[in-house]
Amino acid sequence: MAGIFNKLKEKLEKTRQGFVDKVESVFTGAHRIDEDLYEELEEVLIQSDIGVTTSFELVTLLRKSVKERKISDPLMLQEVLKEHINALLGEESPLYISPDSLSVYLVVGVNGVGKTTTIGKLAKNLQLQGKNVLLAAGDTFRAAAIEQLEIWGDRAGVEVIKQTEGADPAAVAYDALRAAKSRKVDILIVDTAGRLHNKVNLMKELSKIKKVIQREVPEAPHEVLLVLDATTGQNAIQQVKLFQEAADVTGIILTKLDGTAKGGVILGIQGEARVPVKLIGIGEGINDLKPFNPAEFANALFAESEEE
Amino acid sequence: MAMFEGLSEKLQATFKRLRGKGKLTEADVNEAMREVRVALLEADVNFKVVKDLISRIKERAVGQQVLESLTPGQQVVKIVHEEMINLMGGLESKIQIASKPPTVIMLVGLQGAGKTTHGAKLANLLKKQGKRPLLAACDIYRPAAIKQLEVLGEQIKVPVFSLGQISPVKIAADSLEHARKNGNDILIIDTAGRLHINEELMEELVSIREKVQPNEILLVVDAMTGQDAVNVAEAFHNQLGLDGVILSKLDGDTRGGAALSVKAVTGCPIKFSGVGEKIDALEVFHPDRMASRILGMGDVLTLIEKAQQNFDEKKARELEEKIRKQELTLEDFLDQIKQLRSMGPLSSVLEMMPGMGKQLKDVQIDENEFNRAEAIIYSMTPEERRKPLIIKDSRKKRIAKGSGTTIQDVGRLLKQYEQTKKLMKQLSGFPGVGGSGNKGGTKKGKKGKKSGPAKKSLFKLPFPF
Ligand SMILES: Nc1nc2c(ncn2[C@@H]2O[C@H](COP(=O)(O)OP(=O)(O)OP(=O)(O)O)[C@@H](O)[C@H]2O)c(=O)[nH]1
Ligand SMILES: [Mg+2]
Repeated sequence: MAGIFNKLKEKLEKTRQGFVDKVESVFTGAHRIDEDLYEELEEVLIQSDIGVTTSFELVTLLRKSVKERKISDPLMLQEVLKEHINALLGEESPLYISPDSLSVYLVVGVNGVGKTTTIGKLAKNLQLQGKNVLLAAGDTFRAAAIEQLEIWGDRAGVEVIKQTEGADPAAVAYDALRAAKSRKVDILIVDTAGRLHNKVNLMKELSKIKKVIQREVPEAPHEVLLVLDATTGQNAIQQVKLFQEAADVTGIILTKLDGTAKGGVILGIQGEARVPVKLIGIGEGINDLKPFNPAEFANALFAESEEE
Repeated sequence: MAMFEGLSEKLQATFKRLRGKGKLTEADVNEAMREVRVALLEADVNFKVVKDLISRIKERAVGQQVLESLTPGQQVVKIVHEEMINLMGGLESKIQIASKPPTVIMLVGLQGAGKTTHGAKLANLLKKQGKRPLLAACDIYRPAAIKQLEVLGEQIKVPVFSLGQISPVKIAADSLEHARKNGNDILIIDTAGRLHINEELMEELVSIREKVQPNEILLVVDAMTGQDAVNVAEAFHNQLGLDGVILSKLDGDTRGGAALSVKAVTGCPIKFSGVGEKIDALEVFHPDRMASRILGMGDVLTLIEKAQQNFDEKKARELEEKIRKQELTLEDFLDQIKQLRSMGPLSSVLEMMPGMGKQLKDVQIDENEFNRAEAIIYSMTPEERRKPLIIKDSRKKRIAKGSGTTIQDVGRLLKQYEQTKKLMKQLSGFPGVGGSGNKGGTKKGKKGKKSGPAKKSLFKLPFPF
């Protein structure tokens, strides 16, 4: 637990107006559990992008627990709230890796969330686990996207299958699958162009990429990973829904948690769509990718001010 | 989302019992403000900004006389809307051009916000206005960022100044020198995305600023940003002194409450919005439209503007006349299809309609359907177009053949036409758009307030689906 937690804390140290401090001050500032306290708490939750509905729900759950367990000390509330957040996030969910054959990951998301960077980090990570990794430059649209992935490929020491800018991304995926099979690769990661989820044609293109992959390897893609930027507000819920519809997302990667945004919207997402968060990005370096641990995430929301 | 899809409808319900009463009481307003608060928060307006805004609105609303033409719900929405526009700065702003060229524009922001793309879009826009821009590639950190700017520069035929991965401060300084020597009257500096809490990198921006003394430092903010927008904007503003904001990715379906937050904490105008990945997808920012969007009222004004540009007033009036007399023919139907289509791709027209966002997902708009409809109507005789009732099986067969469609297609079109006629009959039965507002719901009422006859007609347009 210490690894990610310390790193998160380290990264968060610079900001003093964190969610944590705010929640903490709500609890420590209060002497009694009363309406004001609940209201204040709700405000704090909303400010971390948890969303109005989910924040209301969390506070309602908290009220119920307080009543049932006859809690009177405001300081106890933190633990109870953590419990509820934890329950909402569910169990830890690692990436699927086939024990004996090719695993294919398709990485999707809106523009600029960190897809390509995450792929670079993930390639390195898997490489270190002794896996044979191949990347596919499926973003044939954005200027210099292919070069960007190639640089990450170099850094991670893995090969990149590419065509030229403007090529059909499904064709790139097809090529890469062929190459992955003949080279006996363990894991193929396919990058895609950033696309806003409300662009029907671009979402159709994504479905098509997925179908082409499926045709080559029936059980693939083994993971469709939606990359979400932690600074995103309530629109992330919409992103999850529509990417889900177009490409059956199997997991979320939450990036940029090294900023001051807390990514609270993932709680709102769990209330609506139940897609597990699998990994988190906490920086621009190649090692700044960590498995998502629900308990640690809930803890990190509250923990560091404990020693202040 | 759905929860504020119709803020005005919700308020309408809240105020139902109030209809026709004289003044907005404190209790009424408080009740309405609860809905407004939720709507704004769900739209990602920062919590504190919402608080301030609500208290200002309350102050204004309590005790106000409800206008004759409006319901109390509409009245409150109107006040909310106005206050939001006030907050975002009533008028659109432009780039300040330096008296002594080059004008230096510096783009800053978080990672992935869209700085590089917007640098190129801005260069393109200014070039079209007769300027000679130069782009400077100061993002030395993100892999292939320089290359990205070079490719974009190539596309728009704007030179890009780069020195590889050396100090961005030096690149910026040298690019200014280069611009002066080469007669570039605009210099746009692309910088690397960075976190506002990264002291070292923020310091770098300060050094660049000191070296090149930009006329405009623009913060690029992703329209989908949540509550954290205030922290980001505040930090950039405090350390650099921003001159304006570019709101990117507004072509998504986000409400874009960050616009309000950023303006509130920096006081800087939002000068442009990015509305697509294409290089010309850059628009001047309109606070009034943004206010409507945040409130979930659709981009009514854009729609009206487009309609005005494309809608033939005389024809519109004739059409209204016909609707009243219930003489709508297939020829009119064809005209309407053409006019509607001249406003741009249908999907984008519909997206701007209030309340359409949600429906749009289920209604896949098939532009081919319209091609087919046009072809079918063109294959009819003038008599058939005027009296569609005479079209029976044999005529259907002929029309289908002539238009390269099927008998079913022809049948479906005729049915749509009948439905449209019915719909229009109903619509024309309304007490005038924006009139008493009794029946038409708030949306029609609001639009009607601002629009002349041509605009009114627009909202009576039938959609054959
Ligand atoms: N601070 C921080 N920055 C990140 C993180 N992940 C990615 N970034 C940065 O975000 C920016 C965009 O990342 P990309 O990987 O290019 O994002 P993308 O989703 O591939 O973008 P498009 O392909 O253009 O849609 C880059 O500057 C990355 O360095 C993270 O976890 N923390
Ligand atoms: Mg990318």
